[in-house]
Amino acid sequence: MKPYLREKRQFGFDDIPESTAFEAGYLVSVNSGWRSIRPVVNAQKCVGCGQCYFYCPDGVLSMENGKAKIDYDFCKGCGICAKLCKPNAIRMEAER
Amino acid sequence: MSITAKNLPKEEYFYGHKACAGCGGSLAVRNALKVLGKNAVAVLPAGCMSAVGFNFPQLCFSNNAIISTFAGTASMLTGVEAGLRAKGLTDFTAVGFAGDGGTADIGIQALSGAIDRGDNILYICYDNEAYMNTGIQKSGLTPFGAKTTTTPAGQNIRGNIRPKKNMFEIAAAHDITYAATATVGYMTDFLNKVEKASKIQGTKYIHVIAPCPTGWGVPVSDTVEIAREIVDCGLWYLAEYENGKFTLNRDPEHFTDVSAYLKKQGRFKHLTDADIKLITESRDEKWRRIRNSWVCDG
Repeated sequence: MKPYLREKRQFGFDDIPESTAFEAGYLVSVNSGWRSIRPVVNAQKCVGCGQCYFYCPDGVLSMENGKAKIDYDFCKGCGICAKLCKPNAIRMEAER
Repeated sequence: MSITAKNLPKEEYFYGHKACAGCGGSLAVRNALKVLGKNAVAVLPAGCMSAVGFNFPQLCFSNNAIISTFAGTASMLTGVEAGLRAKGLTDFTAVGFAGDGGTADIGIQALSGAIDRGDNILYICYDNEAYMNTGIQKSGLTPFGAKTTTTPAGQNIRGNIRPKKNMFEIAAAHDITYAATATVGYMTDFLNKVEKASKIQGTKYIHVIAPCPTGWGVPVSDTVEIAREIVDCGLWYLAEYENGKFTLNRDPEHFTDVSAYLKKQGRFKHLTDADIKLITESRDEKWRRIRNSWVCDG
């Protein structure tokens, strides 16, 4: 249940709101270019405890069918998830 | 029911923000909003969380959120709460997320006024112990000995010469309805305090330690561990203030080594053994006072 990524488009003066208010949850760019390492989930080892999801500053981890799933569009590769993972199911790999 | 990793609501309200990797502040904001839900109206003063959340046209808050003046977080919360109440709404939380500078230095007058009026607001101070957004300047909540750009470590003066301002007890001294301390390292404790506060009528203040890897000089993957260690070594405490009483939520039998905690961080690297002894003594003195006069429930 995350805000979706919208197509990036040029804003003309007519599109800019007259007040400073803007639509909530409006995403146009990803953060994936920030990463030098990426977390990779080993589904066999994942026990679905949810600690990675609980402590991710970016909220890119979610639990699907009892396993951790990562949204690589917004993961910044901090590695908190890998460090907290008790069964060592998350490994940090070099970004290629 | 207690909030855990299993039953925390799935919706994300702070997503796609531009905070540094491993940011403790964004972790606090993200999870607090998940507890408060879509009807939370967030007020953010100048600071990291407004700088990373509102980058036109990208708006990373999926609930209503607004930037206030640096000094006016609490007064804008007062206005938001009064406005929504005037429109006949009841099911909402006016919540503020201000940094340590925006709370203990620049915004303290507005916060004091809001507590004095007893406005029905929730004020969360995410404390990363300096003005991190502008490049690590000392704030009132920077601890003794910490190196910042305005308190550099030299031969004569080694970092900040003043202790951390006691913001939790300053809020409590107003006889506030509810105040609490927390850390992002013990997330369950923090989120249950947020949930408890959201159900209380009156002014609520939560002070949460949110490490900043950039400013503290720790690896980005260590945010949560260092946020746990600050409590384990006794330099921070988990407590609540309610009905005129202080309650200590966690009373460790043994503290972990203070110097181990300090030496992990770049901002404390320069401290001498005498400095660390001073910090340890002030910790012991603080805990002696806490154990003498506060109720312990953990």
